[in-house]
Amino acid sequence: MIATDIDPRSARRVEKATRRAETMAFNDSKKRLSSKGATIAAVVIAVLWTIPTFGLFVTSFRQPADINTSGWWTFFTHPDATFSNYINTLNFNDTETVGQSFVNSLVIVIPATLIPISLALLAAYAFAWIDFRGKNLLFVGVFSLQVVPIQVALVPLLSLFSNGLTIGGWAVFPGLNLNNADGSFARIWIAHTIFALPLAIFLLHNFIAALPNDIMEAAKIDGASHGQIFFRIVLPLARPAIASFAILQFLWVWNDLLVATIFSSGNNFPITKLLTDLAGTYGQQWYLLSAGTFLAIIAPLVVFFSLQRYFVRGLLAGATKG
Amino acid sequence: MSAFFQWLANLPSLAQIPVILVAFGVVVALILFFIELAPRAGRGYTIMRLVVAVAVPAIIVLILGVYNDAIWLVPLAAVLGAGLFLLDRRARGGKGSMLQLITFMAPAVLLLAIGLLYPMIQTIFSAFFSNDGSKFVGLANFIYVLAPTNQGLTAVLNQIIWVVITPILATAIGLAYAVFIDKSRGEKVLKVFVFMPVAISFVGASIIFKFFYDYQQGSQIGLLNQIVVWFGGQPVNWLQTSPLNIAMLIIVLIWTQTGFAMVLLSAAIKGIPEEQMEAAELDGAGAFQRFRNVTVPGIRPTIIVTWITIAIVSLKVYDIIAATTQGQNNTAVISYQMVRLTQILPPQDGTSSAEAVLLFILITPFLIYNANNIRKQRLGL
Repeated sequence: MIATDIDPRSARRVEKATRRAETMAFNDSKKRLSSKGATIAAVVIAVLWTIPTFGLFVTSFRQPADINTSGWWTFFTHPDATFSNYINTLNFNDTETVGQSFVNSLVIVIPATLIPISLALLAAYAFAWIDFRGKNLLFVGVFSLQVVPIQVALVPLLSLFSNGLTIGGWAVFPGLNLNNADGSFARIWIAHTIFALPLAIFLLHNFIAALPNDIMEAAKIDGASHGQIFFRIVLPLARPAIASFAILQFLWVWNDLLVATIFSSGNNFPITKLLTDLAGTYGQQWYLLSAGTFLAIIAPLVVFFSLQRYFVRGLLAGATKG
Repeated sequence: MSAFFQWLANLPSLAQIPVILVAFGVVVALILFFIELAPRAGRGYTIMRLVVAVAVPAIIVLILGVYNDAIWLVPLAAVLGAGLFLLDRRARGGKGSMLQLITFMAPAVLLLAIGLLYPMIQTIFSAFFSNDGSKFVGLANFIYVLAPTNQGLTAVLNQIIWVVITPILATAIGLAYAVFIDKSRGEKVLKVFVFMPVAISFVGASIIFKFFYDYQQGSQIGLLNQIVVWFGGQPVNWLQTSPLNIAMLIIVLIWTQTGFAMVLLSAAIKGIPEEQMEAAELDGAGAFQRFRNVTVPGIRPTIIVTWITIAIVSLKVYDIIAATTQGQNNTAVISYQMVRLTQILPPQDGTSSAEAVLLFILITPFLIYNANNIRKQRLGL
């Protein structure tokens, strides 16, 4: 009887009130669990973690003369900011300008991200949805390559690029013959592509293989070929996985020093390599190193802050990059 | 191909991006085009398959650029392609299905075989041959790189110190931080501060810390030494005082890896059922007891994965040494020595391969454990 008396509007009001009470209770439990001590400890660690970066960041905006005579913390009592460090650093010439090395990093990272993803997608689709003899064996092979440290492959790969391959006295492959082509990025693109493939295939395969079987069956019954399924179904659905891996690979290539050291030369050093050389040669030129460092980490930080969600997802999925 | 890359090298660097992407795009488009057409029935498609099967291998060999004395590789590739075509006619999935499959797989598999599998085997062989590869020398390369004059044992010992200390501290701090922020307000904001270094390169991190550790006669510009001075101490040359410098370098790696550990562990902590926590609380367990008896057992697998991943990273650390001490004052590690040997003339293929093999041996136990772990997860054990 009572129930029928209640008009819909007041019923809604009751519902709202209940929900409010629930959220309050939830907040309460969160507050009850949260402790002052934990918060203080967390803030202390966060500050400790940020101070070194912050110090160099402040330094990059100080006058070069001030940097080497007083600590960056005095900046707040004697502020004298300048942007000229960044301009001077971009034009600073070692084997090439820092600005050029930034461009080089871009030239390296874009193809070295897109190419392995495309090739890995093709292979991952075949591993996931085409049945063939020896599939498991081949997949285990690719998976094991994923954990091989790339140091093991560096020297022979370099010699393959420059000297080619000779089997039993027969010169089979003459090499890329790029030793005199200073502006070439071919070796570093190919190296990054190869080193990215095992993890890319593994991650994309795991995602693509988990797509619902029903969709694939339905498409096949409708007469779709593998090519059509790959294009119309798998590519759109795999977009989150592609984005995650793309970010992981972008950061990996941009931040890489090892592959760049072995496969780049002269005036096509990426910014990480040039910065390492500058740190060795101009160790006390902090105006140069501070601005250079922030130029080098700006791209990863932009990616990090704008695409953090995908980045975390990729990190959780691919913790074992070699 | 060599000619194409040489032509490309003369373009301004930014212009190289669209050119290589278009060139690659054309290759992928051809691959996809063939994938789409391969399994179709009909005389025209059969002829197309035959032409592709014979011509493509031959063309690939030509593009790679054969020497005159290996020109026989072109007809050989064509014959192999024709063989594939014949096999494909009897394929289980119908005519064309096998060629289609090969088109899907070939680019990735060939690159892996040429660029990873072959070099790996080559490295293992080189490690037992002289530097010019002319004669078998047994273990001489290993003895050479481990000799005291080459900082050999120091490098091995340092590498072990890195591998033992870094994962323990990074995982411990990451776990502590994950637990702290789980209970505090503003969790998301706090997370960013510790997580940010994960996106920063080791080179960037090294320079950030090099400045933090800076040592001067007179007034200090590095914060760490300034703090020492404020407390009345003498400034220390952190990066040149052995063995202190190793600890200071390890801090750089811990700084970058803690955020990684924190994110993994934080996700795992969120997965622990709320009821377990509440039950423990009702039973009168204090905060630390709850942490030890509920949280840690609940996330043990994640702790192990985190620990192993960071251990592998610390075995391969090269960038931090290269950007700071360059192996001086007893800070060399194997991965740094290996690269250093590749940079000197004449080429030290034998000894640098020996370093690489040494590194591989050190990493192997972690890899086996990791592989087993992943296999168990996939089988759902």
